[in-house]
Amino acid sequence: MKHVLQNHIVVPGPSRRRFYGHGIPNVDLDLLAGKLIVVEGADGSGRSTQIALLVDWLEGCGHATVQVGLKRSTLVSEELENAQKGNILSRTTLSLFYATDFADQLENMILPALKAGFVVLADRYIYTLMARDMVRGMDELWLNNLYGIALEPDAVFYLNVPPEELVQRSFAKNSALDYWESGMDLGLSRDMFDSFMKYQIMMQKTFRHLQATYGFTIVDGLRSADALNADLRKKIGAVLARK
Amino acid sequence: MKTFAELNFPGRLIAVEGLDGSGKSTQIHLLKRWLELQGLKVYFSEWNSSELVKAATSKAKKRELLTPTTFSLIHATDFADRYERHLVPLLRAGYLVLCDRYIFTAFARDVVRGCPPEWVRGIYNFAALPDLTFFFKADLHVSLQRILDGRPLLKYFEAGMDLRLSTDPYESFRIFQGRILEQYLAMSTEFNFLGIDANELVEKQQAVIRELLGQRLNLADFRRAERPLPARRAERPAPAMALISDREEQVE
Repeated sequence: MKHVLQNHIVVPGPSRRRFYGHGIPNVDLDLLAGKLIVVEGADGSGRSTQIALLVDWLEGCGHATVQVGLKRSTLVSEELENAQKGNILSRTTLSLFYATDFADQLENMILPALKAGFVVLADRYIYTLMARDMVRGMDELWLNNLYGIALEPDAVFYLNVPPEELVQRSFAKNSALDYWESGMDLGLSRDMFDSFMKYQIMMQKTFRHLQATYGFTIVDGLRSADALNADLRKKIGAVLARK
Repeated sequence: MKTFAELNFPGRLIAVEGLDGSGKSTQIHLLKRWLELQGLKVYFSEWNSSELVKAATSKAKKRELLTPTTFSLIHATDFADRYERHLVPLLRAGYLVLCDRYIFTAFARDVVRGCPPEWVRGIYNFAALPDLTFFFKADLHVSLQRILDGRPLLKYFEAGMDLRLSTDPYESFRIFQGRILEQYLAMSTEFNFLGIDANELVEKQQAVIRELLGQRLNLADFRRAERPLPARRAERPAPAMALISDREEQVE
């Protein structure tokens, strides 16, 4: 895809920063000069494709970028992966394990990068973690307190793709459905296809519920990758130009 | 927050809290032995001991990777794993569960490290309160001396070095433990801690604990049901150690 390279580099203005709740101790929010952009959506909604395109565009525009995602912390990602394979963790434990992973990346990747003036692209954020826990019956107020450590992003885009399309994309890519993305641990159905559809509908409902609280932008993920990216670039351009 | 008794669990949870070196582990061990030898259903669980989380915690501590927030969360993960997989099911089955440290350790330590108290308490609010909490109160210099006598090399997080209180680990440990003691004392009334004078002799403390426990619990309720052992036990020759412990279980 062709980018129109800009000769004029836009210098982003300051963000109005806040933590959702208690936040991280001893962080000076005024020093976080960079921008935090989150892309949310189910597996197969095109998140990684979109983020790769955004990195090219942002770097072309003169912005330094950093990418973060779930289960990528140096602290616990390996142990989390192992524990999940065995499906032996109970729900509060798994929830706190993911929160530890998130907190580690927040403190060791996201906050330092923002301090250094980078544009941080997050491949999912607390919303996926909260939605997964909520469909498994965890208390929303408990989750709000737990993830009160999170920084409010400058923009959150939710790539909306209906379950019928997600299932097709999953088969086209892997010829199989993922155990966790099908919510098989919930016992919704012994038929994996049924379980996948039911689970994804529950997740979408929960995201719509969270949207009311966190106000993220829902974008149509059924468009071509280029059309979708043009839309995201326009929206992110506005965030960067905001004074 | 309610206790397990208030939640109508048949089991009871007994926790010990106090500074490192206050002698609480010794006392809970003796309590466990006493209960076991009476043929009661007893389970012991220690802070920071979940097999699943341990690998991550020890790696993180060795590499000094933890911040106050991740320190708090990784210990909460460990606690949740033990709570959901061991403590709750055993309490449902009518066990006496003995915990060497419970949520109050997190309330004290994490807050000293700078985490907001409401945040920490909110995270642990899935856990019920202990039915009895023994708090081992020793003079600060006594517990410091016990630790420093036995283990001259203080670990980084144990000494609170992450708080940058002092560049000297011993000085840092002193200040850190002093602050934790303040937190414990502030919680003492709110959570009905039963204070044990940890400056006393081991036997005297144990006598007090056994008496308090006998007053507050009807120990006969926790007796192991006498039923024949499953037949398949005979198939495998039991190792000598197991035979000894079998015999001990029968002592009344």
